[in-house]
Amino acid sequence: MSLFEARAEALQANRRTLAERFHTDTPLLLCLLILSVISLFVLYSASGQKIDVIWRQSIRLGIGFLIMLALAQLNPATFKRWTPWLFTLGIGLLVAVLVAGEVGKGAQRWLDLGFFRFQPSEMMKLAVPMMVAWYLSDHPLPPTLKRLAMAILLIIIPTLLIAKQPDLGTALLVASAGIFVLLFSGISWRLIFASAAVMAAGAPVLWHFMHGYQKQRVLTFLNPEQNPLGAGYHIIQSKIAIGSGGLYGKGWLNGTQSQLNFLPERSTDFIFAAYAEEFGLFGILALLAVYLLVIMRGLLIASQAQDSYSRLLAGSIVMTFFIYIFVNIGMVTGLLPVVGVPLPLVSYGGTSMVTLMAGFGILMSIHTHRKLLPR
Amino acid sequence: MALHHTIKDHFRETRLFTSRAVAALLISIGLMAVLLLRLFDLQVIKHDTYAVLSDKNRIHIRAVPPTRGLIYDRNGTLLAENLPSYRLEVIVEQVKDLDATIAELRHLVDISDDNIAAFKKRLKRSKRYKPVSLRSRLSDEEVARFAVNRHRFPGVDTVAHLYRHYPFKSRGVHAVGYVGRISEKELHTIDTNNYEGSDFIGKTGIERFYEDLLHGEVGVERVETNAQGRTLRVLDRDEPVPGLNIYLSLDAELQGIAEAAMGDNNGAVVAIDPTDGSVLALASMPTFNPNLFVGGIDTKTYRALQDSPDQPMFNRAIRGRYPPGSTVKPFIGLAGLEYGLIDPDISTYCQGWYMLDGDDRKYRDWKKTGHGHMDLNQALVESCDVYFYDLALTLGIDRLSAFLEPFGFSDITGIDISGELTGLVPTRQWKRRHKRQPWYPGETLITGIGQGFFLSTPLQLATATAALSHYGSQLRPRLVAATEDPNSREKVWFPATPNVAVPVGDIDNWSYIIRAMTRVVHSRKGTARRIAKGAQYKIAGKTGTSQVFGIKQDEKYVAEDIAKKLRDHALFIGFAPVDDPRIAIAVIVENGGSGGAIASPIARKVMDYYLNTVLPREAGYIEQTTSPSNRLSNTEKEPTP
Repeated sequence: MSLFEARAEALQANRRTLAERFHTDTPLLLCLLILSVISLFVLYSASGQKIDVIWRQSIRLGIGFLIMLALAQLNPATFKRWTPWLFTLGIGLLVAVLVAGEVGKGAQRWLDLGFFRFQPSEMMKLAVPMMVAWYLSDHPLPPTLKRLAMAILLIIIPTLLIAKQPDLGTALLVASAGIFVLLFSGISWRLIFASAAVMAAGAPVLWHFMHGYQKQRVLTFLNPEQNPLGAGYHIIQSKIAIGSGGLYGKGWLNGTQSQLNFLPERSTDFIFAAYAEEFGLFGILALLAVYLLVIMRGLLIASQAQDSYSRLLAGSIVMTFFIYIFVNIGMVTGLLPVVGVPLPLVSYGGTSMVTLMAGFGILMSIHTHRKLLPR
Repeated sequence: MALHHTIKDHFRETRLFTSRAVAALLISIGLMAVLLLRLFDLQVIKHDTYAVLSDKNRIHIRAVPPTRGLIYDRNGTLLAENLPSYRLEVIVEQVKDLDATIAELRHLVDISDDNIAAFKKRLKRSKRYKPVSLRSRLSDEEVARFAVNRHRFPGVDTVAHLYRHYPFKSRGVHAVGYVGRISEKELHTIDTNNYEGSDFIGKTGIERFYEDLLHGEVGVERVETNAQGRTLRVLDRDEPVPGLNIYLSLDAELQGIAEAAMGDNNGAVVAIDPTDGSVLALASMPTFNPNLFVGGIDTKTYRALQDSPDQPMFNRAIRGRYPPGSTVKPFIGLAGLEYGLIDPDISTYCQGWYMLDGDDRKYRDWKKTGHGHMDLNQALVESCDVYFYDLALTLGIDRLSAFLEPFGFSDITGIDISGELTGLVPTRQWKRRHKRQPWYPGETLITGIGQGFFLSTPLQLATATAALSHYGSQLRPRLVAATEDPNSREKVWFPATPNVAVPVGDIDNWSYIIRAMTRVVHSRKGTARRIAKGAQYKIAGKTGTSQVFGIKQDEKYVAEDIAKKLRDHALFIGFAPVDDPRIAIAVIVENGGSGGAIASPIARKVMDYYLNTVLPREAGYIEQTTSPSNRLSNTEKEPTP
């Protein structure tokens, strides 16, 4: 290499932006930062102006961003190489949880590793789509029926293990993450509609296997007014909070439903209702706009990805993110039954945020490690 | 691996993925639109409904109980007041585990099993989400201890309120009455809206009769509460209208003197101002402490009061029906004069007993040896029974009872406390209806000395005496002199209400009787002569001794031999000063024995204090003010009876 050539390369390196050097995607990063700021503001109000809650959430967000940045530095090929091992480890941990897990809130979800508690089901939200993508990507797409059946098995096993804990919300999210890979893999629409019909028919069977509290949640969803002080209380108070917010909201820190403790779980799963009460429909439009930007940017990244594995994985990560939003808002507005799904990046809580940020780290990695090929 | 790669059509796969990504985006946008439609529905279309629900959540309408009116005596001395205290209240719907909470509260506040039992009883008939009182009258330490631990007890709170207190305790309880918790029965008779938040209702006496005036009107406040039911702030408030203060004509000191004079005896004293019907003292002995009832009396104490043989809760003054005995003799004598049946100067011979024709039963005189020759005057002074047997027989039961009727002996007086009972002047019709028997002449004889079926209450005796003292003019007895608006301090005086006057035939007949009654006290042979000593004014009176049980023929009544319960009742009626009667009084001492010895000194004590202390003090007060005092200037407006 001549001196000139070396100098030219150094110059080129210098010209690379900060974002390129740290393998971040600026539009995505901006949206995530906006969501984090919104989260801190709403939490301050919903927690009853507790500054320590804000500190803890800030630390979690910080950790989330660090994990995202760390994963963004890795090459997608590395993820692909790790995929089977990660999946196998995840299955092993899920079995371990069932055998020796710690009970929290009536369900076995946690694995105590001595220094920290760990929820293996969270990991599966990424490991399952990775595995399905890994399995399908080395063969021509759309997959053959045989391969499709195999892929479905890869989804069903961890889903059942998680549902057994029992954690219906996470099980549904894990299953949908895997199913999104299948949908992106190009299976025919006819097949998609057919299986949707079969699932709808299978709902009564699912009912049979549900736990008492899960059945209660569904019943409450179907008729919340039936038990306004018991199980229906959450959803009634949530609807009152949202509805009384109106177009413009009651103003920050002025939501009576959340400030006076009528709204349950207002910092975690029902934070959207607290937001809706204080910021109104216009505030919601702004929040949904940011979410939509994240989804659009994510789908663009996915379609610009250069190999099937990256594409399928990126598409699934984005759509899982959307599922969080849809299920959470659907649940607090009474459109969907109450399943424990947080509002992504806004709800107070650690584990799901780490998983989400890891997903965005993978997205950034995929986007920033493309080889510059002439198209 | 390499083999697969060669088969893969990258271009086609990319295109396929892009189309799926576009589909995913469209579906996402579509689902978001669904969410937005739902949010539009909640926040715009149904906004008003949810805004109201949200306000309903946080805004609670709470009743503000009015302050109960105070009760004063004629001098402005407080007889019933309101004292502040703290109460522990529970909203059961907001308590997760009631028993555990109560157990936990017991570490902080003294809660007895009785408290819990009463609480559970109240709980059964309380509305949902209404606080129910668990303990009242918390001590300051208990309030402080709970305040520190308040956060541990959602749905439990201490609430400041006023409770009724009677500073004179048992004194005057049968006139003033007392308040207690509203009973289930009372709930049906009151305006429950107005009693929302009120704890007490008048149970007896003035407290009950003037409940409407004393209670006031409930106020309303809108308060913001949190989900735990804690009040955060008051948004607005309609002030309650406080109850009116009440001024009684009763004099607390005089009442005290009357009760003290009764000593340990059971009985009653009623003193009335005959000029306007004001009740000056109304004592029924024994008494009890009304403060016991305010906070909810415990069963043991209540049982003890209920089951006491002395029946302290029985208001003898208005409900006690006693044979009036010889105290009716002035009225019978007056009847004889007014009917023109007797010449007061013609004597009847009293040999110690009286017999009807064709009947060998001896109607005895209290004096076994007889009084000798008796005219009406002497017969009243010495209380000769034989004279009145003869007079009663001459009158006959029909004329006798017809004459007594206008004095109100068989009616209620209409005093302003509830529960008054009527007396009984027997008639032929009454006996036929109630005993299914004809009237016997012997019964006329004993009616003439206030025995037999004849019954009257102490209050009736006092009002009849007042009517006698004022030559037939009758005023309805009343305890309340005035009401006062607690805010403006404006007083409204109650006018005297005349009852139908007793018809007067010849005023000289009345004067004759009053003169004779004066001699009962102020002559050497008078049965009440002992109270004349040292009196600075003239008293007219009549003693009475009424039989509790009959003495068999030829038996002598020996007080010492008879158990106290069976001893005669001692009675006295009287008024003073004779020339300008300002106080009329009736005294009954159950099983007291002789009216002259036991009952009349009690009357004298009451008269002394009223005439020597109360009246001069009030007269002095009138002289000091340039214009006539309120009391008098307002009595001027009253219709003159």
